[in-house]
Amino acid sequence: MKLTGRLLALALIAGATAATAQEADNLTAAYSEDGRYFTEDDIPTYNVEEDGTVDWLTYSGFRRYHSECHVCHGPEGEGSSYAPALKKSAIDMDYYDFVDVVVNGRKRVSASDNSVMPAFGDNPNVMCYLDDIYIYLKARGADVVPRGRPGKKEAKSDVIREDENACLGI
Amino acid sequence: MKTLKMMTSGFAICCAGMAMANDDLISRMDDPTQWAIQTGDYKNQRYSELDQINAENVGDLQVAWTFSTGVLRGHEGSPLVVDNMMYVHTPFPNIVYALDLEQEGKIVWRYEPKQDPDVIPVMCCDTVNRGVAYANGKIFLHQADTKVVALDAKTGEVKWEAQNGDASKGETNTATVLPVKDKVIVGISGGEFGVRGSVTAYDMETGEQEWRAYSMGPDEDILVDPEKTTHLGKPVGENSGTNTWEGDQWMIGGGTTWGWYSVDMEENLFYYGTGNPSTWNPAQRPGDNRWSMTVMARDIDTGMAKWFYQMTPHDEWDYDGVNEMILTEQEIDGEERKLLTHFDRNGLGYTMDRVTGELLVAEKFDPAVNWTTGVDMDPNSDTYGRPAVVAEYSTEQNGEDVNSTGICPAALGSKDQQPAAYSPKTELMYVPTNHVCMDYEPFRVSYTAGQPYVGATLAMYPAPDSHGGMGNFIAWDNINGEIKWSIAEQFSVWSGALATAGDIVFYGTLEGYLKAVDSETGEELYSFKTPSGIIGNVMTYEQGGKQYLGILSGIGGWAGIGLAAGLTNPNDGLGAVGGYAALSDYTALGGQLTVFALPD
Repeated sequence: MKLTGRLLALALIAGATAATAQEADNLTAAYSEDGRYFTEDDIPTYNVEEDGTVDWLTYSGFRRYHSECHVCHGPEGEGSSYAPALKKSAIDMDYYDFVDVVVNGRKRVSASDNSVMPAFGDNPNVMCYLDDIYIYLKARGADVVPRGRPGKKEAKSDVIREDENACLGI
Repeated sequence: MKTLKMMTSGFAICCAGMAMANDDLISRMDDPTQWAIQTGDYKNQRYSELDQINAENVGDLQVAWTFSTGVLRGHEGSPLVVDNMMYVHTPFPNIVYALDLEQEGKIVWRYEPKQDPDVIPVMCCDTVNRGVAYANGKIFLHQADTKVVALDAKTGEVKWEAQNGDASKGETNTATVLPVKDKVIVGISGGEFGVRGSVTAYDMETGEQEWRAYSMGPDEDILVDPEKTTHLGKPVGENSGTNTWEGDQWMIGGGTTWGWYSVDMEENLFYYGTGNPSTWNPAQRPGDNRWSMTVMARDIDTGMAKWFYQMTPHDEWDYDGVNEMILTEQEIDGEERKLLTHFDRNGLGYTMDRVTGELLVAEKFDPAVNWTTGVDMDPNSDTYGRPAVVAEYSTEQNGEDVNSTGICPAALGSKDQQPAAYSPKTELMYVPTNHVCMDYEPFRVSYTAGQPYVGATLAMYPAPDSHGGMGNFIAWDNINGEIKWSIAEQFSVWSGALATAGDIVFYGTLEGYLKAVDSETGEELYSFKTPSGIIGNVMTYEQGGKQYLGILSGIGGWAGIGLAAGLTNPNDGLGAVGGYAALSDYTALGGQLTVFALPD
């Protein structure tokens, strides 16, 4: 139930602010809350310390990406013979457009193209980690996190843990 | 030669007077001028008696003609040749072309099914299809959306259709079908979507369903006789398809059946393997998870199981057991036996008695394999037939949310579906292999119908401390369980091999090379770069007195997804990042048939 509420909220925001996000700095973290980082425009983003320590969501996104997305989009957001490089999409696309494609899917079917992104809107393994995946891919696209498993990471905050359990219904 | 004659007379005895529907197919499989079945013959030997192209002259091979399929993406399988007609299939949307070889490949008919494109994203790892089958004047296509279609081989007219599964639940198809006797036997894909695997027999003439055997579930679902069906010589007992599962997990238990099928007509048995148990997180499915990861021998008429052998009980690495079962008659320990040889994803090459299901040989066919120290071969042991799991590489013992590193092979296996070939002249198996290792971190996932149900994070990289490449093409002695020779390849070898009486073996590479090597020594005799990476299988036929060789190009499949951007070893530290070859530096999407012949 919590999941549905969250999706509705995202959908509403998507309609409201999609136009303004392009010009702003969509990468740099301006502030953090309970282990999550946001840009000035309140868009989720990564945080990488000088010693390479990544925020929890970037690390978590690495894991979830390679469970849910890897089998079509290739390792580490690099793209494949089958599907585009999401590390680029996470940079090129507006956050809310990105969310929209994951939630609702997208079809490009023609004589030369048979690309279909499925709708993951009712898949808790994706939806409960959508920000994690987005943030990880943005960090990959910005080239602040190398290929492979991130090394040092921030601890998972209690709030992130509680939100995760609530989303998964545990 | 002796074994071949024996085999032929065996067919003659078994089939005389029974006038079976597939006498026609059997005679065509025996005729080396045709390529009547994807697997070369019922034994899956992928061996041709043709020797016009041979070790002496293969260096002169030239492209005779080419054909664009009109579809990009991964092209697995191969064309068929029946009565001077070539049948070429494509990945989704699964077009079938009939080309008249007497009219320079003129398109006699084409069939394009209408399929909902929503099936595309529920096909794990690309929209591949491993080809059509022929029997009794009909071409059988098993579409991505699991519709089985029988087409008139002369006209392309639809004779019947049968819906085998439900794509909205993640049930899809990538495999060819097995036409045998009066039936068409088909499998199913979707192990990463919680599909419960099954094989189903349809009436060859009407498309009516005759029986279905699930891989797990109650006895009546899995078609076993608890007293007569055996596992390593012992009856499986009651409820063998549910009593090694916790709760109802077997209902979404995987064990899909998307590999190749072989047949022994004398024994009236067909053979295949089942895939990984679902999910990839072993902690969510305690127990042996029978009968996932199992070699199965079933009666053709009834589907009733004669024997099982579970190779990887309680899989912890996604080592599907679907690879082909190659049937041979060879001498072992001084006795002529009917054998079954299988190169499993788990990296072990198994040789079994295919009549009784007795395990004779189980040895690593890639020295990098490290998750097991080997299989217990003592029939009196409690763990007879089980692989001994190395604790360090056990994703079960290391637990959920722990990253187990350095496991060899990777989830794509030491070998995937790309079929091996066998030459009765050398008594060697020619095996396309992967040389890739992985880190594997399982975690909890929840099941939603029609959504991916994976539950593990994987990182893959070339086998450490080896030649740096991601593949080998090997010659394997299935009697002694030994590698005879091995050719290092930069990328996984994802193409099906062909052995011929011309003392040569052919295979394709992911860069797009078609290669011919000497069947005794492995020496490279010929190489030609086709327009796109090869994940199809090499086939041969004769037309107008001339031998031809055909191969589909078109990069894709798991190989195209996993290797397009190259692999990095996360354990090597930052210095090695980007140090490995990216497939995208060598090839791009395509879809083409290339046919080779000697110059006139």
